[in-house]
Amino acid sequence: MTGPGSRDLGRLHPLEGAQASKIAAFCDRCGGDLTAADLTAADLTGADPHSACRSARALEPPRFCPYCRRRMKVQVLPAGWRAVCTEHGERSS
Amino acid sequence: MPSLSDSALATAAARALETGTGLAEPDVLAVLRLPDEELPAALELAHQVRMRWCGPEVEVEGIVSVKTGGCPEDCHFCSQSGLFTSPVRAVWLDIPALVEAARQTAATGATEFCIVAAVRGPDARLMAQLRDGVAAIRAEVDINIAASLGMLTRAQVDELVALGIHRYNHNLETARSFFPQVVTTHTWDERFDTLRMVRDSGMEVCCGGILGLGESLEQRAEFAVQLAALAPDEVPLNFLNPRPGTPLGEAALVDPRDALRAIAAFRLALPRTILRYAGGREITLGDLGTRDGLLGGINAVIVGNYLTTLGRSPADDLALLDDLKMPVKALSATL
Repeated sequence: MTGPGSRDLGRLHPLEGAQASKIAAFCDRCGGDLTAADLTAADLTGADPHSACRSARALEPPRFCPYCRRRMKVQVLPAGWRAVCTEHGERSS
Repeated sequence: MPSLSDSALATAAARALETGTGLAEPDVLAVLRLPDEELPAALELAHQVRMRWCGPEVEVEGIVSVKTGGCPEDCHFCSQSGLFTSPVRAVWLDIPALVEAARQTAATGATEFCIVAAVRGPDARLMAQLRDGVAAIRAEVDINIAASLGMLTRAQVDELVALGIHRYNHNLETARSFFPQVVTTHTWDERFDTLRMVRDSGMEVCCGGILGLGESLEQRAEFAVQLAALAPDEVPLNFLNPRPGTPLGEAALVDPRDALRAIAAFRLALPRTILRYAGGREITLGDLGTRDGLLGGINAVIVGNYLTTLGRSPADDLALLDDLKMPVKALSATL
């Protein structure tokens, strides 16, 4: 299963219990909507409009909160990253 | 009758390999224009030059951003400019995290740890952060500390020397003739002024750039020779990784064969310099190309992550160096 809701969002820290069951609504690379409301022609043909984002994320940290689309404060360290959403807390690699 | 490319490599061998002198601009350009079938020979020659004038050791470095984003400059490749619609937000790294980053870097066997800030030049707050950070790292981690803080005043250069900063990075980024197409908020010559002060101060000079900004091959050759004229201790070679929201966000990647030609050409222009793989190598060259570059003139790597993007795992790079029988330069060899 490689759908949008199953992507690696990193480890979630302060709000882990409350957020654990939430499904990502936004692409954490471009901030695009992952719900049906944002379907494009490409989606209707079965293509994943965020496949390029998914590929790019192998070499990038997340930039947008997957739950609210806020831009996160992201710090990249030599051996990992951590990202903070003011509403949904911190996650890290 | 020898072909033009045979002649180009013969010239390069006579000059760079035999005398350790960098190629002149027309000869660098000839290497950049070599046909694909001549590329293996160019890489082999560049490797011989590196082995003869620098040796088999590879210098390993880690970098971290102490102040990310919100930069007032408009370097068109950079996701940290506050003038573009990049998703990168401004954020400062605190001292404990800075020390942890140095510790992570040292754990890879790296001898260099570079503290980087996205600024035009350091203000009092950044200099204070650097002062505190250097002291905290020194107390816990045995590693050379380098810095990259933009354009400096003479007083700031003197303060960095007093702090014991080992090497200062300030990239010229691209050829002087092309720079105005990439940056409009300051000039190539302003950058050069800082480099001259750093050189005069006794700090080691680290100065490189990014390939794939739209420069021509002629401008790539011009850049290599301009770097050689500066005689930097280290040249970090980046390949454009197009960042969303920047003016170059939709630019094409450098063709991997062109990237390898550039590695060979820069080594032949700079026979005795530390030539470091920096950002963009993963997406431009991949695993195989990374190996080819290390066998084509590269003798230093940034391990782990970059400033805003992620890199290969340090374990993969260190395993590759081991496989190539290239020892990691020891800290004792850098002092």
